Amino acid sequence: MTTFVPPEIDWLALAPLLVVLGAGVVGILVEAFVPARARRTTQIVLTLAALAGGFAVVAVLWPQIVAQPVQVLGGSVTLTPFALGTQGLVAALAFLGVLVVADRTSTGQDAFAPSASAVPGTSYEDLARRSGLEQTEIYPLLLFAAGGMMLFASTDDLIVMFIALEVLSLPLYVLCATARRRRLLSQEAAAKYFLLGAFASALFIFGVALIYGFAGTVRLLVIAQRVQQGGLPLEGMTVLLVAGVLLVTVGLLFKVGAVPFHAWTPDVYTGAPTPITGFMAACTKVAAVAALVVVLYRITIGVGAVSPETMQQLQAVIVVVAVLTMAVGTVVGSVQSDVKRLLAYSSIAHAGFLLVGVAGFRPEVQASTLFYLLAYGVATIGAFGVVTLVRERRVGATSGEDNGPVEDDGVVLGEATEIAQWAGLGRKAPWLTAAFALFLLSMAGIPLTAGFIAKFGAFSGATNGGLWWLAVLGVLASVVAVAFYLRLLVVMVFRRADDETVPERVPDAEDLGEGAGASGAPAGVGTATLVTPQVTASQQVAVTVVRSRGPAAVAIAVCAVVTVILGVFPSPVLGLVEQASKFVP
Amino acid sequence: MFPWLTVLVAWPLVGAAVVGLSALVRRRTGPAGGGTGLARPLALVFSLVEVGLLVGAFLAFDTGAAAEHQLAEQHAWIPQIGASYAVGVDGVGLLLVALSVVLVPLVLLAAWREQGRDEVRLRRFVALVLLLEAFMVAVFSARDVFLFYVLFEAMLIPAYFLIGGFGQGAGRRRAAVKFLMFSLGGGLIMLAAVIALYFLAVDAGVDPRQAFLVGQLTAVDLGTVAERLMFVGFFIAFAIKAPMVPVHSWLPDVAGNATPGTSTLLICVLDKVGTFGMLTLCLPLFPEASRWAAPFVIALAVVSVLYGAIMAIMQTDLLRLVGWTSVSHFGFIILGIFTFTPLGTAGSSFMMLNHGLATGALFLVAGFLVSRHPERSQKIAAYSGLRSVTPVLAGTFLVAGLATLSLPGLATFVSEIMVLIGAFGGSPAGSAAWAIAAIPGVVLAAVYVLLTYQKIFTGAPAAGLEALPDLRVRERVVAAPLVAGLLVLGLVPSLALTYVDAPAEQSVAAVTAVDEPADAAAQMGSDK
Repeated sequence: MTTFVPPEIDWLALAPLLVVLGAGVVGILVEAFVPARARRTTQIVLTLAALAGGFAVVAVLWPQIVAQPVQVLGGSVTLTPFALGTQGLVAALAFLGVLVVADRTSTGQDAFAPSASAVPGTSYEDLARRSGLEQTEIYPLLLFAAGGMMLFASTDDLIVMFIALEVLSLPLYVLCATARRRRLLSQEAAAKYFLLGAFASALFIFGVALIYGFAGTVRLLVIAQRVQQGGLPLEGMTVLLVAGVLLVTVGLLFKVGAVPFHAWTPDVYTGAPTPITGFMAACTKVAAVAALVVVLYRITIGVGAVSPETMQQLQAVIVVVAVLTMAVGTVVGSVQSDVKRLLAYSSIAHAGFLLVGVAGFRPEVQASTLFYLLAYGVATIGAFGVVTLVRERRVGATSGEDNGPVEDDGVVLGEATEIAQWAGLGRKAPWLTAAFALFLLSMAGIPLTAGFIAKFGAFSGATNGGLWWLAVLGVLASVVAVAFYLRLLVVMVFRRADDETVPERVPDAEDLGEGAGASGAPAGVGTATLVTPQVTASQQVAVTVVRSRGPAAVAIAVCAVVTVILGVFPSPVLGLVEQASKFVP
Repeated sequence: MFPWLTVLVAWPLVGAAVVGLSALVRRRTGPAGGGTGLARPLALVFSLVEVGLLVGAFLAFDTGAAAEHQLAEQHAWIPQIGASYAVGVDGVGLLLVALSVVLVPLVLLAAWREQGRDEVRLRRFVALVLLLEAFMVAVFSARDVFLFYVLFEAMLIPAYFLIGGFGQGAGRRRAAVKFLMFSLGGGLIMLAAVIALYFLAVDAGVDPRQAFLVGQLTAVDLGTVAERLMFVGFFIAFAIKAPMVPVHSWLPDVAGNATPGTSTLLICVLDKVGTFGMLTLCLPLFPEASRWAAPFVIALAVVSVLYGAIMAIMQTDLLRLVGWTSVSHFGFIILGIFTFTPLGTAGSSFMMLNHGLATGALFLVAGFLVSRHPERSQKIAAYSGLRSVTPVLAGTFLVAGLATLSLPGLATFVSEIMVLIGAFGGSPAGSAAWAIAAIPGVVLAAVYVLLTYQKIFTGAPAAGLEALPDLRVRERVVAAPLVAGLLVLGLVPSLALTYVDAPAEQSVAAVTAVDEPADAAAQMGSDK
């Protein structure tokens, strides 16, 4: 007769997860019980408070965990400094992301469909729109996704990791389908993401099964320990282990968005509501890269000690993926004509740069990976935040949108994502353009922005691991990447908008008529520019910048400030992430 | 001790911020639109106070120990990656800081009416110029490789916006992008070398929290192959910046499309970072590799001298011509640096200053000329016979031109002759032969300057140009200090040479002394 022994649980160590996931549950109750009028406000406050609370708990836990990492629930939650750092990072970035999500802008509408389940183009959709419905479920969904991300890298148990993967993925699949505009595109993106994501999950869990077949356990540290002590002979069984680890890695690389598992990224990033894209691009990448680092390094401890050649094979895979990812991300990115797609390829390229650092396989430099994720995350959320504010505005009174008759027949339409439409943005909204330029420069890795220190860290990691040629390749890829960020920058800052030429040129032409005799200037000059409108998409619509109602502006400003501070005085944050470069308790 | 250099860096930054914020002041108090606002006067005041600060720095500098890096400050910046905020100047650095600081108010004054009445553009222009000034001062004072690299790259951004946003030419956007891609490409190659340098230094036992200090790195023996690779990484970046054939092609485009003020800052100051980097980083950090590469570098330098001069003769665009003359002059500077003789190196250092004054004067005066043309044509053929119409302008142009062709009595003559004599006795193989080969460059310089002068200023005035106004007071104020500087330094070159001689000797000693003491001694002997 055995007595029931309740497990000892270090509740404090679980607190960040509990706060965020618990708030998600409360959010669902809010959906049920709070009247519709107050629901949105309640949800936003709750969500932001939960994420801020999660971050605060992380901060409180930090010194304790740095001194003494803990394992809770038999390793289901393994709180190393690296894991805790990831949790804090996800909470902080999710907070900024939710700010962008919450902004209704001066149009009074957020980016989400009034009723996402309504079939596009039906009368039900129209009804939902007219009656002013709102899909406030997105906030609990965001919290669940964030909670899953926080758990993802904080576990030693591959099954728990799988559950975290699903907890973070399923809400994202749903969120992708909720765009207010271009709904078919949005739903298509969600379907694509879901199918490919399910496929990746299947590979992941199959890999876990193989690893279990090899080791008889799904706990990474236990595997490492046993292999190291010779309890698990590698001869003859290597295939099982390597195949298992590779399948798990593939599942993670899919989430990272690395080539050749990147195909979903451009479509999903384009189709999803832009605030969600920003959230997804920043936070998912943090979680996925962190989880990849955790898996690879814990495997390394055991296998690397016993069988270096197996390690080298594993490293070779990561190196090849890194090179491919950088190449495809930068080269294909440089021919994009859509801002969101461009940022999607930029995100792929950054996955490549991150993998360059990871491929060094040196635990002590993995701190730089966290820094990279922070730098990339703030720039990405900021950049997508700016995208949400650049809109199309209908010129002249035509009726109806692609999706049938509309109630929001007003002036401002969806986002203007064609790069050509961004011409002259520097004049329309100088501060917004400056912020966006800053994010682009940071992503390009220009010194005195966060991106430079981050890239420096990643390339140092590779060099330190003996892969200096990989660092050189990374540098070359950076040059290509600079070229495509620059293209966007040139359009925004130096080129005049086509619709801008109309009001500006007309008085010019009049001046010309009045003063033609006096100045003797050739009369064709003014008219020639009038007659050659070169853009197709923006003929019926002009491009306008809507005002943020506050939250998005705050998010963009915070991202910009953080980008500069991390570029100029990265020392304190580097000190923190240095403490976080500890993967095993 | 008063932190002169930090203040010199910080003051223009404050200026840029104040100018940027002056927009808010105007919007509240003044009427919207109309008027030219506070931006220009504010920026000018800031840049003039900066000149005052520079005088203070000169007084604090001990010329007796010009080879040492003085006014030094050092603070931990990013200890995790070994970067420090370390600044300090030797004589050469101080002169180049002075060049930057002196040229900025002149450029602001020269561009006083350039941007029309567009308040926003004007404010951005002067703010960017002040920002660039801060970066330029900082980069010439940096004594930490990481800090140097960061500034080297970061100052491309204001330069990029200055070229792309304010030029006169239609191709200015292309020119800006070309400039940035060339520079960043070179810079990123250098980045790879910088990272490698860090790890090698740490392996060699340098404190990893201060591993980028130049003073520490010079003592590290890197191993032949690594040293050569890193030299190449640094050198490509500097050669692009300098610019040197065959990576020069961005320069004429920029010169033809940017405003003359921008070109002045860019080519007369910013590009000196390339040659300055060769002198203060490549030689001391990679002495063995510098000797190894010297014959090749010298050959390319002489090719630059001749090719730049020939291309200058063939130009039809006045500003592009001035750009090409710089390619030729940078060839001379690089030639002097890689002769490894105290005379040649001192000549190069002096020439960096002189080229800034002479070419700056040429760019600005050419800009004044172009601004007078009814169609703002930059074509040389659009002008003729202006000597009688605008005598002062013609005279100023001639002096600047003569300085460019190194007429005896002007400062440029002294430096060029020093470089050539240095090259004759230079230690790298074939140095003397290359020196002889470079001499036609001097003759070609006379051709492109005098031919241009003849076409523009002699003969009968072209139709429509008979009533052009001569230089205004503002424009004379701009030209006078440059012309005066060229004359004074030509007659009393020791004023500048006291600052460059000792550093030159030291850098030559650093290159020749390492590894091959016997060989080096023999070289020293042959110099005498």
